[in-house]
Amino acid sequence: MTGQYRENAEGVDVRYVANLARLDLTDEEVELFQGQLENILGYVEQLQELNVDGIEPTAHAISVDNVFRRDEALLFEGAENIPKNFPAENQQLVSVPKIIE
Amino acid sequence: MGDLHTYTLAGLQGMLADGRCSSVDIVNDVLASIDRTDGRVQAYVDIDRETALAEAAASDKMRAEGDSRMLLGIPLGVKDILNVEGQPCSCGSKLLKPYRSVYDATSVAKLKAEGAIMLGRLNMDEFGMGSTTENSSDQVTRNPWDVGKVPGGSSGGSAAAVAADSAIAALGSDTGGSIRQPASFCGCVGFKPSYGRVSRFGLTAYASSLDQVGTLTKDVRDAAILLEILAGNDHRDSTALETPVEDYSAVLEQDLNGVRIGLAKDFFVEGIHADVSEAVNKAVEHYQSLGAEIVDVSIPHLKYAIATYYVIATAEASTNLARYDGIRYGDRKDGDNPIAISCATRAAGFGTEVKRRIILGTYVLSSGYYDAYYLRAQKVRSLLRRDFEQAFASCDAMLTPVAPTPAYPIGSVLSDPLEMYLGDICTVPANLAGLCGLSQPCGFSAEGLPIGMQLLGPAGGEASLLRIGYQYEQSTEWHLRKPELEVSA
Repeated sequence: MTGQYRENAEGVDVRYVANLARLDLTDEEVELFQGQLENILGYVEQLQELNVDGIEPTAHAISVDNVFRRDEALLFEGAENIPKNFPAENQQLVSVPKIIE
Repeated sequence: MGDLHTYTLAGLQGMLADGRCSSVDIVNDVLASIDRTDGRVQAYVDIDRETALAEAAASDKMRAEGDSRMLLGIPLGVKDILNVEGQPCSCGSKLLKPYRSVYDATSVAKLKAEGAIMLGRLNMDEFGMGSTTENSSDQVTRNPWDVGKVPGGSSGGSAAAVAADSAIAALGSDTGGSIRQPASFCGCVGFKPSYGRVSRFGLTAYASSLDQVGTLTKDVRDAAILLEILAGNDHRDSTALETPVEDYSAVLEQDLNGVRIGLAKDFFVEGIHADVSEAVNKAVEHYQSLGAEIVDVSIPHLKYAIATYYVIATAEASTNLARYDGIRYGDRKDGDNPIAISCATRAAGFGTEVKRRIILGTYVLSSGYYDAYYLRAQKVRSLLRRDFEQAFASCDAMLTPVAPTPAYPIGSVLSDPLEMYLGDICTVPANLAGLCGLSQPCGFSAEGLPIGMQLLGPAGGEASLLRIGYQYEQSTEWHLRKPELEVSA
């Protein structure tokens, strides 16, 4: 799959990328996104014209030093309400289909 | 009373302190205003009337007993992306429809600690992705000045409610202009503090290196009042800055003698609406008359800002939104295994714009493309930051348009996402460079739509920026104009 994708690098394999993103798409969506994404990526191509040799990448707008706090447990008020948001619940635990046979 | 919904936050503080109105009066007037206007504006997605009225009555009792907290008994609106315990927080998404918040965002907790009432939730583009508030699974919010036009986005509900006087003030969030652009389209004041000035804890993440909580208000003083409360360090957000919170209201009255305002031609982009450039140029002249010095500056890499932004923002979004897998919360769809559940839940729950950005973001991060897109965009981000560092060496604030055009018709950019993205050219640089940005009214188009100007300040420069905005506002009258929603009701 990856090899096939690489060979088509000039175009976007929308369905392959959608699968990486855990997203089922309809045929209509694939067709819609195909043109739109190529249009957007075509616009983004202009970044290639800049010389960025020796430029450090910016991951954050401000330089953040490592932030430490004391390693102590803090009480989260209202934790008992968290299971109310579970789509499927069993004895305060999230219920899911069997993962390992 | 009848007209308390038209007051500013500062105005209501005075009224309450003098005993000229009660909190119940205020909440009743705001609810009545919502009843009269929101059927057409569609700003609110959820209103908690009973709780708001009960809290108002309790606030009045506390005031009678000597409580004088800053926001005691004043109702505020909240963008549907910030958690308020017990309220929905669906971020405009079908996927999060069943969700109820189990805690308060730090920004919300700070407002509540000052006595504010969280009256209702305001519409937005799904997860903050959009510039029109059309990308909401709830409804399409309308511009109060012309209900055929978009209110801007993504905090379009917050901006429209404040402009329509159906909210005294509102919280918003800004990742690439989501507070400032709707403020411009709706004719109110939008303030995005510097990155890290306000805690993001409890703000549903879109692009974590760009997101910031901010405000939509009727004037600049209200923005200063709210920032004093919202700003500060938070042990639950390691990017929330330790730097001391200033007394932002105290310096508002200082005049502008000696202040240097930078003007960069780069922001007056090709295709800019003539009414917008004219309004902003008049604001430049006005600043000169107030004693400010206008200096030429330049942001040479501005033309790369949109490309840089849409690579970085979508990449971060694709990872942040991976959490919506339908397992622990959200509207889970059936599947034989967790992956099938996830694929089906996301397909049914996300709207088109969100899917588009997730796919784009996944693509630019995928094997073989990371260096060409994501890493390169981060390097160009450094170049853009450097441009602003140089510009702010010779000026205290920069004056630019907020958006190249006034509000446009509903539906006009839906089929061409790139066209919508290009409209963010003036606002995304502040997020990429971590700057603070203020959007405030500076005129009206020939068609009668509000036009905003943007003041940009260096990171941590909130006090000076708010003062520069306030001095303009108090010597002009644009911010006092109101849409005619009530009259045509």
